[in-house]
Amino acid sequence: MALNRLIVSMSPHDYGSDSVRKIMFWVVAAMLPAFAVSVVFFGLDAIRVNAIAIAACVFFEWLIQKFLIKGKNTISDGSAIVTGMLLAFNVPSNLPWWIIVIGSLVAIGIGKMSFGGLGNNPFNPALVGRVFMLISFPVQMTSWPTVQVLNFAATDAQTGATPLAIVKEGLKNGQPFSEIMSGMPNIYTDALMGQVGGSLGEISALALLVGGLIMLIRKIITWHIPVAVLGSIALFTGVLHLVDPNAFADPAFHLLTGGVMLGAVFMATDMVTSPMTPKGMIIFGVGIGVITVLIRVWGAYPEGISFAILIMNSVVPLINTWAKPKRFGEIIKK
Amino acid sequence: MLKTFPTGGVHPAENKLSAGKTIVKMDPPKTVVVPVSQHIGAPAQAVVAKGDKVMVGQLIAKSGGFVSANIHAPVSGTVVKVDKMPDSTGYKQMCVVIDTAGDEWLPDIDRSADLITEISVPDGEIAAKIAAAGIVGMGGAGFPTHVKMTVPPGKKASHLVINAVECEPYLTSDHQLMMEKANEIIIGCLIMQRAIAATQTIIGIENNKPDAIKHLTETAAKYSSSIVVQGLKVKYPQGGEKQLIKAVVKREVPSGGLPIDVGCVVQNVGTAYAVYEAIQKNKPVIERVVSVTGKSLQNPVNLLARIGTPISELIEAAGGLPENTAKIVNGGPMMGKAVADVSVPVTKTTSGVLIISELEALRPEQFNCIRCARCVGVCPMSLEPYLLKNLVNISEWEALQPERVLDCIECGSCSYTCVAGIPLLDYIRLGKANLNKILRSRKS
Repeated sequence: MALNRLIVSMSPHDYGSDSVRKIMFWVVAAMLPAFAVSVVFFGLDAIRVNAIAIAACVFFEWLIQKFLIKGKNTISDGSAIVTGMLLAFNVPSNLPWWIIVIGSLVAIGIGKMSFGGLGNNPFNPALVGRVFMLISFPVQMTSWPTVQVLNFAATDAQTGATPLAIVKEGLKNGQPFSEIMSGMPNIYTDALMGQVGGSLGEISALALLVGGLIMLIRKIITWHIPVAVLGSIALFTGVLHLVDPNAFADPAFHLLTGGVMLGAVFMATDMVTSPMTPKGMIIFGVGIGVITVLIRVWGAYPEGISFAILIMNSVVPLINTWAKPKRFGEIIKK
Repeated sequence: MLKTFPTGGVHPAENKLSAGKTIVKMDPPKTVVVPVSQHIGAPAQAVVAKGDKVMVGQLIAKSGGFVSANIHAPVSGTVVKVDKMPDSTGYKQMCVVIDTAGDEWLPDIDRSADLITEISVPDGEIAAKIAAAGIVGMGGAGFPTHVKMTVPPGKKASHLVINAVECEPYLTSDHQLMMEKANEIIIGCLIMQRAIAATQTIIGIENNKPDAIKHLTETAAKYSSSIVVQGLKVKYPQGGEKQLIKAVVKREVPSGGLPIDVGCVVQNVGTAYAVYEAIQKNKPVIERVVSVTGKSLQNPVNLLARIGTPISELIEAAGGLPENTAKIVNGGPMMGKAVADVSVPVTKTTSGVLIISELEALRPEQFNCIRCARCVGVCPMSLEPYLLKNLVNISEWEALQPERVLDCIECGSCSYTCVAGIPLLDYIRLGKANLNKILRSRKS
């Protein structure tokens, strides 16, 4: 018997089958419904933006690992693909390629690799890239092509404002909410299905929810963050709408339009940059919801969830120190 | 209604390959190596010397204190050596080596198969008899049973909880024992229930053994209504005593406390059988049921082996050691100890011998921690394994204490579940060891 080559390692001697790579694979799979919707409404441009963003993100990660960090190459873990795809989801479909490349460099280089790569970044890399582009290229980042069903002809599509911007502008000019909404008769179903202007991955709330369901079933996310984000937005805007239905948009409008669904399901739930305990996740989600509404209603931008998530990312370490799980056998003082 | 513990836990592949296999009685081996420490607590002191003739059941090492246990000769023959030899932990410790000659038992041991239902030993003498028989927790921990049977003054035991969970994948020794020795187990429970003056006995069995739940429920009904069988959802580590108590009586053992603090005494189902044998048959612990199992083994089996039998002989009985074996584990895959050598002996706590092939032994590829929080979610003690690992990484030993590192039961759920392949429990063990060192030095 082979006595001298037995491995003596500590328990456990059995391991679960999930890995970082599998998780990234399933996140990508969960994004596919929203990607499909973006192809339907933005045509080949959706594929173009995704391809450039993914390629650029993977390339920059490889480059930085190889020449700056000089460590084991990490692109095979799939996280750069996720970042690339999320970045693409967060920009208009007609964004010039060079802006996407710059955004990818910022997302991967500053957002992720400068902190030591996967797992060490405090901020969601895709959002770092997105906010950088929004501030640096405000014109290109806010010119939204109008949606056309299955139009693959390479025409220069018209651009128009997003429903959020229309409402924000209208309310600012003192138009009552109901009057603004009468200009967009099918807005709720359109926003559910994706037939509205906006960043290419954010348009269909339904497709994003399906993705969220996939991740829930695969136990990649828990319900806490999405429910806390969406719930707090609904509650906050609901109260405002009840107080003055003319001056404030209703909660359904807030939940379905803009990046709320994309943010709540895919961006805020990013494992690396969200809290570790259910209690912490709820605090984190509520924070995002509240800040999102503050920016949307009183801030300069019509859209606020990107900033809200980044702000809450920055307090995650604090939340983790505070929101501890209730230990087993902890004696409760009565 | 199935019950379970509320926080944490994982569900590894069950792989109960030897389930339903009748327990095969092994012949006494040519030589046995019997360690004098097969339990938690002080080692026993050898009372035999080289050249002594011994009979089966004869005391060969005497308990070294209250928290200690007697050791008896598992075979008859001649003591050839009393010396330090490696045991399953890999460390050398005092062992009594006996060369077998025949199979001569002490005459006062009842070797018949007759079931003795009448409990004639007075309640007050049960614990002492259990101590004399050298019974320790047969589930794997090896805590001397008579200590738990002695309820400390000021405490009261309301429940005897019998751990028949067998939540470790692969192992089937308890399961098979329940199927074959249900009457003996129930009588053993009644004896222990008397010793601690408990009003109820709850036998917790996971639902992957429906035949055992049914069989024990029916058997228990014949004896006493104070013994109930509780079906449990399959979830690891339900066999941890704190988790089991929480599952069956919904009480939470306080941090640093013992089950008796919440009025419970937990015993393994194999221990209940050993108690029956000791009290009713006057038979000390000289043999036990061992599952010899593994996907690469030709013929996974449940064996009744004498204590001190080298595990190589058990493996032979299961079809021999496969060529591609990388690891041999004493116990189950989640908490068992990998042994360095096939010559290590079966002890009172060897519930299984698991053969792991080269492919199965590969640790998963490691990535950076992606803070997925699964380790936090699966920890049955609600600790934060990722945080403990980070603190260990920077040698912040004292900071581990307020994070309750000493509450860790080392079930391995965190390492099992880690998607980044980080051996979290290895870090935590290192942290516990260093923190304990600091705490000890502070005391002295």
